[in-house]
Order: sequence, then structure tokens, then C-alpha cells
Amino acid sequence: MAQVTLRKIVKEYEGGVQAVKGIDLDIDDHEFVVLVGPSGCGKSTTLRMIAGLEEITSGDIAIGGSIVNDIPPRDRDIAMVFQNYALYPHMTVFENMAFGLTLRKFPKEEIKRRVDNAARILDIGTLLERKPKALSGGQRQRVAMGRAIVRDPKVFLFDEPLSNLDAKLRVQMRTEIKKVHQTVRTTTVYVTHDQVEAMTLADRVVVMNHGVIEQVGPPTELYHHPVTKFVAGFIGSPAMNFIPGRLVNGGAALNVVLPDGITLPVPAERAGRYAAHAGREILFGIRPEHLTEIRPNDHRPHLAAFEAAPEVVEPMGMETLLHFWMQGNEICARVDPATPAEPGVKQTLAADMSQMHLIDPQTEKVL
Amino acid sequence: MADGSAIAAGRVPATAGQPRTGTLKRMARRRSTLAFLMALPLLAVIAGLVIYPFFYAIELSMLNKRMTRFVGIDNFTFLLGRETFQLVIFQSVLFAVTAVIAKALIGFVLAHVLHALPAKGQRKWRGMLLVPWVIPPAVSTLAWWWLFDPSYSAFNWMLAVFGAGPVPWLGDAGWARFAVILVNTWYGAPFFMIMYLAALKSVPDQLYEAAAIDGATGIQKLRYVTLPMMRNIISITVLFSLIVTFANFDIVRILTNGGPQDRTHLFGTYAFQVGIQSGDIPLGAAVSLFMFPLLAVFAVLILRGVNQRTKEGL
Repeated sequence: MAQVTLRKIVKEYEGGVQAVKGIDLDIDDHEFVVLVGPSGCGKSTTLRMIAGLEEITSGDIAIGGSIVNDIPPRDRDIAMVFQNYALYPHMTVFENMAFGLTLRKFPKEEIKRRVDNAARILDIGTLLERKPKALSGGQRQRVAMGRAIVRDPKVFLFDEPLSNLDAKLRVQMRTEIKKVHQTVRTTTVYVTHDQVEAMTLADRVVVMNHGVIEQVGPPTELYHHPVTKFVAGFIGSPAMNFIPGRLVNGGAALNVVLPDGITLPVPAERAGRYAAHAGREILFGIRPEHLTEIRPNDHRPHLAAFEAAPEVVEPMGMETLLHFWMQGNEICARVDPATPAEPGVKQTLAADMSQMHLIDPQTEKVL
Repeated sequence: MADGSAIAAGRVPATAGQPRTGTLKRMARRRSTLAFLMALPLLAVIAGLVIYPFFYAIELSMLNKRMTRFVGIDNFTFLLGRETFQLVIFQSVLFAVTAVIAKALIGFVLAHVLHALPAKGQRKWRGMLLVPWVIPPAVSTLAWWWLFDPSYSAFNWMLAVFGAGPVPWLGDAGWARFAVILVNTWYGAPFFMIMYLAALKSVPDQLYEAAAIDGATGIQKLRYVTLPMMRNIISITVLFSLIVTFANFDIVRILTNGGPQDRTHLFGTYAFQVGIQSGDIPLGAAVSLFMFPLLAVFAVLILRGVNQRTKEGL
């Protein structure tokens, strides 16, 4: 068990392309940290640098307090689960799991005890004599996790471990991974491009984009208080709506004026925060779940009503998604499935202004 | 049961009544028939160039020198009792096994070196290293012959520079055997290299990364990841090379012609000498047939391993 510290980590490839541009990150002992971001954001490179599979161009990586920049992977006391499992095809499940311990010359009884223990945690006790080819995707993933668990390393590294599984199995394995972490409590760094995985698994989520960290924080903080437009748009599904508009000082109160002349009042308690930006162009951000139908006896304060005609209606069962366009911007609203909605028919929607975000279109920072 | 046979019997006249061309058409439409028909030209070539000569060689090997009388296995027993032939068996096995091991080892090392090179330089080196394999062996062996030639030997000239005496490359039995093995290795190693390189490229990088994290050193990665992943390719390449090396003719024929004192003869060159040059075709056929059981044993052993691993999904 150990802390992982990244100080000003840079990864530059031949030709001067920087995959990681000087990131700082502190991961606590026992913590489950998820690095999330789109393809090419540098998250996998960061993980591979922690593993020692990629050299760092500059900066320092410390595991358990000691700097490991020049230490080969085998001496870092880490275990890694790969996207396509990387099981040795010529070895049985037992041999695959025992390989790391065999190389480290553990006594046979100890190896057997550890493999049996990991097999019990992962419920793969009956598969130990099989070769990887005779296993399903989910079983292979368990074996790959087993291989990591038996080593009892300081840090677990997961590199998009669920990407090769089908949707149903992915949800199931997600729960398994969380369960395993709750059991073994090993410091874990987990890379994924799936924000749902990040939100559900992480103690803290690290959102990366273009080689830099956009924001670090617990999942709910990222959801409710994103600091950049990128984080606001990346976390949450369906993604947050962004509508260009203007912040107008309407005498007593601040108003957000959107295209089509829609005027939405800014709640009084947030007016002070935005006062300095009055009169400027802004991006109005609101999540689909905060753009709803008007409910009878709705006690939510700061609801601002406006009319829109959805072009596409998507009934999802537990909710219905309405898609409409506001001067070229696609907007998604999330309404109760009982709400009558038909394409092309105008209806009244309510924006919960206490949940909205205002973004500076130049810096893309949340105001 | 009675009902069933009654129905079957009832159907017979209906099918029998169809014209014969219908059955032929149906047969032609079946995929297996079509596949067989398309493979027929190749089968005919194999039958004409392999199966017929094989059985003809068996027939020849059981005739007397004038090919007028059936002598059973007399030619084989005669050969086995002859000291020269015993030497040929020993030399063929020595030549094939040593050359194949040398080719396999050199090919393995070269493949690793090439694999470690950056992709840009790799193609150039791969092309250059393949040159020995693409030059017709008769031509390249002539060049080697010049290098070994007692009067003009470039090797001896180089040895003289370092003060070492001339080596009778093709005049001494030991050196001559070394020379033919060396030339065969030079010619055949690139084939191993290219096969191994293909096998190396098919090993996923993540297996090496997983092994590195599991604690494997470079040698351990080779032993526990590379070699097991390449086993089938190694086996098949070794088998193929054994067959070709055992049956080698041109290198020995050009370099030493079997000499000195028959000490470098292989099955192929000895069969040629006995059968064509000395005019005893049945005895020559018997010599060449000796290769068959030897190679069959190798083939069975190696292919059994390959089959087993294929079943296990490797």
C-alpha cells in the first residue's frame, strides 16, 4: 500500500509531440483514482509512466515516498491489468496468476495459498486448470485481476480494463472491481474514457484533456462544480447543453438572454458572483436533467419557463429526452415519461437556474 | 418400422425416375465436389511429379543393376553392409542436424536483432540479410568455392595476414565437412530469420509488458514468453529445413563433389554418384529411398507437437 505522487510530469515523443504536459497529482494510500478523458488526452501515457513502461521526459514519479523514475517496472512493486488482458496463452489460469510470484521465487505453498485466495475473491476457483483460450471475456478479465491481486502490490494500475467487454458484462465487472477494491484496499489508478465508469468507481476523478489535468475531485464535485467547459461537457450523460448568450443587467436583477429572445433570470444569491460580467457574451450551460417539464406543485425555486418545439422525442422508459435546436445549437431536455411530447409541437420547459453554469467563451472557464 | 419402410419404398420410383443428368448437376453443385474439381490439376501434378516417381523409385530399387531381374531388398541390405554408405548416413545426419541447429540459432539471433531495430532501418537490413537466400545456391556456392580454393583462397590469405598457416578447407575431411555445413548455414539462415521475425511480430507487446511488470528479466521474457509463443513456428521451420537440408545436393556437389574420399557425401550426392555416374540406377534409387523413413520419423514427431499445441489454442 502506498501513495503515488506525480510532479511536473512531461512526456514528449520524437518530433516534439507532447502527450503529457507537466502534470501534478497526489494519490493517497488506499485511494481509487480514475484518470478519464477523450482519446489522446494523455491518460494512458500517464498510467504507463507510473508503471515504468514509458520513460518520463521530465518530472518525478514517487511510489510509497521513493522516486521511481529510473526503476524498471519489475522493481516498482505494481500490478497492472491491461485492456486486452495480456494473459499468457500457453499457461493455465493458475500459472498465469502464479507467474509473478514464481519469478520472485515465492515458496510453492505460499503461491498456492495466494492464488486460491484471489480465485475465491474473484470466483474463478473452477477455472484454474484452463488455458485462457477456453475462457470468456469476463473470465479472462477476472484472471487478469487475479494476477494483480496475488502479487499484493503497492499499487494497482488498470488500463481501460472493461473496454473489450459487452455493455452488460461491463456493468457487472465494474461492480466486481469496486468490490475487490473494497476488500483489498490497494491504492488504485484506473484509466478509462467512459465517464460513467469514472463516476461510479472513483474516490477521486482526474479529468485530462490535451495532456493537462482539467480538474481533480470527487465525482459529485466534478458533476456539480465543474471548473472548465471541458469538464462540464465531459462529465454527465447526456452532456451539458451550451447555449451562447449574453448576461444583461436588467435593473433589479441579472438576466441571461439567449437566442430567440429567451430571457432567464439569474438567482439573486448568484448575482453578486456574475455582476462583473454583466453586458458580456457568455456561454449558458445547463444539464438536460435541469431542463424539465413544469411539474404540478413544483416547489423548486428559480425555475425559468420558456417555450420550445422538440424536433426529436426519445422515450427511454424511465425518462424522455427532447431534442430541439436554438439557432444552430442542439439542446437536450430530460422530461418525465408521462409528459405529452410530440415532435414539432411547442411546449413549456423549465430551466432550473440554481443549477446553471455561466462560462467565459474566451477562456472556457466556468465563472 | 413397417410404416417407415413402406414410405421409403414408396419414394423409390419417384427418385429413380429422374434423369441422370439431374444427379450429375446436383453433384457438381456440391461445394466439396467443386473443391475437388478445382484441386484436380494440382493433384495431377503431384501425382505425376511425386507419387509416380516415388513408386517408380521403389520398383527400381528392387531390380538388379541391369534392371532385368527382381532382387527384393537385396540392394538395401547390400548398402547397409557397405562402409561408405554407413558413412553417408552418418554424414547426412551430421550435416542436416548441425546445419539446421546453426541456421535456427543464427536465424533466431538475427530475427531478434532485426525486431529490435526501428521500423525505418529494419526494411533495409531485412533486405540485405535475405540476399544469401535469394541467390541461386549453385551461383553462390561457386563463389564460396573460390573463397576455399587452395590456390586463391581469400580465407587463407586473411589467415596469412595474422600469421596463421593455410587451412585445407576442401582437402581435409573435417574441414570439408565444416565448409559444406558453413555454406548451407549461410544460405539457409535467412529463411529461419524471416520466419522467426514474422513469429516475433505476432507476439503482442502487452505480453512483454505484463511480464516486465510480473518481474521478468530480458532472459526470462525470452524463456517464458517469446519461446513458448514461437514454438509452432520454430517446429515447422525446423521440420521444413530438415527435409530440405537432408535432401541437399547442389552445395556438396559443387563444393566438394562428395570428397575428399567420400567424406562429405550426402544421400543426394551419393545417390547421384552411384545411380547416374556409376550407372547403377537401382542402387541409386535405394540410396535415395533411405531418406524417406528418417524424414518420416522427424515429421511425425514434430507435427505431433504442433497438432497438440494447435488444439490447445496456441
